[in-house]
Order: sequence, then structure tokens, then C-alpha cells
Amino acid sequence: MVADRGELTFHVRREHLPAVARRLRDDPALAFEVCTGVSGVHYPVDQGRELHAVYHLLSITHNRRLRLEVSAPDADPHIPSLVEVYPANDWHERETWDFYGIVFDGHPALTRIEMPDDWKGHPQRKDYPLGGIPVEYRGATVPPPDERRGYQ
Amino acid sequence: MSASTSASGRAGGAASSDTAEGRVYNVGGADWDEIVAAAGEPGDRSGEERMVINMGPQHPSTHGVLRLILTLDGETVTELRPVIGYLHTGIEKNMEYRTWTQGVTFCTRADYLMPIFNETAYCLAVERLLGISDRIPERANVIRVLMMELNRISSHLGGIGPLGLELGASTVFIYGMREREKVLDLFELITGLRMNHAFIRPGGVSQDLPPGAIEKLREFLAVMPGKLGELRALFDAAPAFKARTKDVAYLDLTGCMALGVTGPMLRTAGLPWDLRKSQPYCGYETYEFDVPVRDTCDAYGRYIVRMDEIDQSLRIISQCVDRLVGKHPGNDPVMIEDAKIGWPARLALGPDGLGPSPDHIAHIMSQSMEALIHHFKLVTEGFRVPAGQAYAAIESARGELGCHVVSDGGTRPFRVHLRDPSFNNLQALPAMAEGGLIADVIPAIASIDPVLGGVDR
Repeated sequence: MVADRGELTFHVRREHLPAVARRLRDDPALAFEVCTGVSGVHYPVDQGRELHAVYHLLSITHNRRLRLEVSAPDADPHIPSLVEVYPANDWHERETWDFYGIVFDGHPALTRIEMPDDWKGHPQRKDYPLGGIPVEYRGATVPPPDERRGYQ
Repeated sequence: MSASTSASGRAGGAASSDTAEGRVYNVGGADWDEIVAAAGEPGDRSGEERMVINMGPQHPSTHGVLRLILTLDGETVTELRPVIGYLHTGIEKNMEYRTWTQGVTFCTRADYLMPIFNETAYCLAVERLLGISDRIPERANVIRVLMMELNRISSHLGGIGPLGLELGASTVFIYGMREREKVLDLFELITGLRMNHAFIRPGGVSQDLPPGAIEKLREFLAVMPGKLGELRALFDAAPAFKARTKDVAYLDLTGCMALGVTGPMLRTAGLPWDLRKSQPYCGYETYEFDVPVRDTCDAYGRYIVRMDEIDQSLRIISQCVDRLVGKHPGNDPVMIEDAKIGWPARLALGPDGLGPSPDHIAHIMSQSMEALIHHFKLVTEGFRVPAGQAYAAIESARGELGCHVVSDGGTRPFRVHLRDPSFNNLQALPAMAEGGLIADVIPAIASIDPVLGGVDR
């Protein structure tokens, strides 16, 4: 559990996610009726929990927000689907599968949504190159964005 | 016309083939009577007239490159599958390769009909990560609210106009686009661009209002109510419009909540949920305005709610203008006074066009070495944002626009996710259109008012 910058984050083990979400939705004292989607994040350096799925919940009754964060290792990228609890997550989970390769177990039709069906790889992972070509302008060459000098 | 495996002699324009599901006719612009006649062959189960129709992605009534796969029984839609992704441009991925300030140039292009909202949501999230949310100058916040409400008007007009066009009322479309043009002219005057402004920046806005903007805004406020009246009169005088939108595309509160639908659609289901009121940002709590609500849950109600929201936006804009006059442009800052974050150069019109002001260039080139270093570091490297994550949500023209930003402490975003309301609300289309007539699919899409740039990002 992390409280940071006025926002509350619960880190949940993936096997408990559906139960936690259902409780958050149905308990009148919590009443998080709306899930505003899931956002994937890829942390390649976080060994054993590379893939994160971040859910933003909203309680209209109590006017509160809450964040659930679930992680899965790259070798076993499975997280239970929340479509049963929040039908709104249907497309959001498909998007996260498409971009990060997180398999949402129990999703009714986990197919690619933004990329073409026959696309290889999951483009928003950190090890997936951005691509691009060098651009020549007035004699100087600008390299593609992912090969430019960084200040990390 | 695709080749057929076992051509049906009577089907004229249609080729048919036998598949596991039965006989399938591939139709491409043939005479319908001939298809029906062929389908009526003895022993043929397809007499029930089940049709699978592909609509889009290049279809004028789908509000962009939206593709629908419709299964029809006669004229009734039995199944509807939206297919998206035709406008995916990798905005979120691209933002990971630019500085925090450059990110604005990308996210503004997501939902291209409401660029100001995209920029604001992103900037609010970045500002929360930086911990500077309370230090944004007052004038910058007023300008942000002003721009957002202008954008709400242009976006709603860009939704209502095409709704009329798709139902056959082309005059309404022209009127809607004409009034929208007035907002775009103001955008052009204030930001220099009609869309993709990159005007709202982390820490404030890129520049103050130019001379003459207040007068133009007052002019706009004076003419707009009359123009909106014309638009309303046109719609109200059209019985066909009411017949085709009333009780069409029904989605009640339960459906909205389950599907995470927000914005005018939720407010047409009777819930006065507006983030400007419930979780105010940019000082919205200090403005007087109402939240229009209807409980009809249909396409007509959504049109009414959008029109009423335009009226309320005009109210807010007039309050913004009152706050902006009397102050002296140039003296009140529009960017945070923090040399490590605020963009250093003020723009000014020079002999070769708009660029950094001559005063600023003189200052960094011949007066202050520190200022030069600051300028160089900020412009080439950008500022660093403390590690962590933040989610900022605003009430955009289409509903809750959220921005989830993750930083690893570097000069570039580690991850930016835009929770676009069009993406979420479009999921509700099957719930609204299945079981209805195919003709009602069109007002259903238009009443969601999706923008595919935002859906696909």
C-alpha cells in the first residue's frame, strides 16, 4: 500500500485481484463502481515482476479514487481478467494485451485491438524499438528518436 | 465479385458458396431482389435473410475510420462488432522518447477535436508528479479554463453538426461547422494554430493572450447565443430529426456505470456527474455554472445536454474574460516562476516571425552566463521529474479524460497512458444498437461522438 502525492495505490497479488476488485465494488463503504481502465507498464529491470497492470478505480458515491497495481513476471505474463467485475475493462484489457503481452485469464475474447491481428510482438514493451529513419536536413542528419542522445 | 465454388445460376449479381454454416452469398452492389430470389431456393436455409455487413472503415457515417461488422436479420441488428485500430499512431510510445515538455506536442494529437483537453490532462499529471500543482500562476489557470471551455464548444459543435448531416440535415452541419470556425479563429489568434496547439505546458501555458484577444472573445460571446438559437431552431423545426433520435440508442444508468461511460452520455442517463464540480481542477470551483442533466437516456437527450453544455461553457468563458481584463498582460506570469521548470524564452514577434524575444536573447547571450546554461539545459535536456506515478482526470467534452504518467526520475516520461473517453464509450455501441434497426446505428454512433484519433491514439 502506497500513499503518494495525494493518491492511494494498493499493490495486489495477482491471484487475489478479482476478489479484491469485487469487494471494492460491492462493499457499500467502498463502492468503487467505475473502473476507468487498465494501463500496462513494463519495468525490464524489476526482475520477476516486469509487467505491471495498473487499474484506476473511481467511486462516484464517495467521490474517491484508488489505484490497484498488479505485477506478473515476463516468463509467466498472466493476470486474472476483471471483465466479470468491471465490463468496462473489456477493451482496456485487450489494449494492454496488445501493447504489453499481458494475458488476462478469463477475458471473453482477448484479441489484438489496436495493432493488426497478425502483428508480431508487443510494441509498448521497453525492449521493442520505436523505429524510424534518420532525417537529413540542410546537410545535417538527425538520427531516429530512439537513437538520439539521452540524458538519463 | 469473388469467385464462387458452386455458382448459383439465379443469383445474378451474387456469388454463393457452400460453407460449414450453410450457403453464403457474397454481395457487392448487386440487385437485392435477385439475391432474395436466389436465397429462396428449395432446401436453402438462408431464407431468414441473415446478413453480415461490413461498414467502414471508410464510411462517411462512422465518424472517422471506425469499422463495424453488423449481423442483420432483415433490418434488425442482431450483432454489432466495432473494429478499431485503423488510426493507431503510437502516441504513447513516442512520448517515451521525448522530453516532458515535448510530450505535449504528441498528446495534443490524440483526440484531435479536443487538443486542449489532452494537453491539460497530461500537464496536470506531470505537475502532480513534480509537486507544483499549487504553484501554477492564477492567470495560467484562467487561460487554461478559458481554452478548455472554448474547446468544449468547438468539440460539441463538431459532434452535433455531423449528427444532423448523417440524418440528412446538411444545413445543420454547415451551421455547426460555421460556428465552430469562430472558435477555431479564436484558437488561431491565441495559440497560432487551429488544432494541435501544444499551448498548455507543464507549469503553465506557452504564452499570454495576444493584444486584441479580449475584444475578440467579447465579440464571440455576443454573437454566439444568437447563432446557437439558430441551430436549435433548425433542429426543433425538423420532425424527422426528433423521430430518428428520440428513444433511439438507449443506454440507462446501469449500462453506463457497468461500461464506464462518462460525459454527456452519463449525464443523459440522469446522473449529474461532472469532474469540474466533483473533483475540481484549474480552479473550476470558483466559477459559476450548472451541470445540464436529462434522464431520457437517448440520442435526443444527448444532443440537448451538449447544447446546454455549450451555453454553460459560454457562461464560464465570460467569467474568464472578466478575470483576465484589468490585469496587465506581461506582468502577471503565465508560466511557473521556477527557472528549473518554466520554459525560459518568452515569445515575441521579430522581423523573421515568431521567436524568442530579443530581450531574452540579449540576456542570455551577453548578460548572464547562468541564464544561458539554464536555457541550454532546459531546451536540450529538459527538466527531471521525481520518480513515481500520477493519474490526473479532467472532464473533457466526451467524458473522463485520464492521464496516467509514470516517471523513473529521468528527463523523459517512462510511461504515459491516455484514458480516452471515446475509447471507453465506444464499447457501449453494441449495447445501444443491438436489437434496433440498422438505421438507428448511425444516430447511436453520432450520439457517442467518438473521435478515432482519441480511440486509437
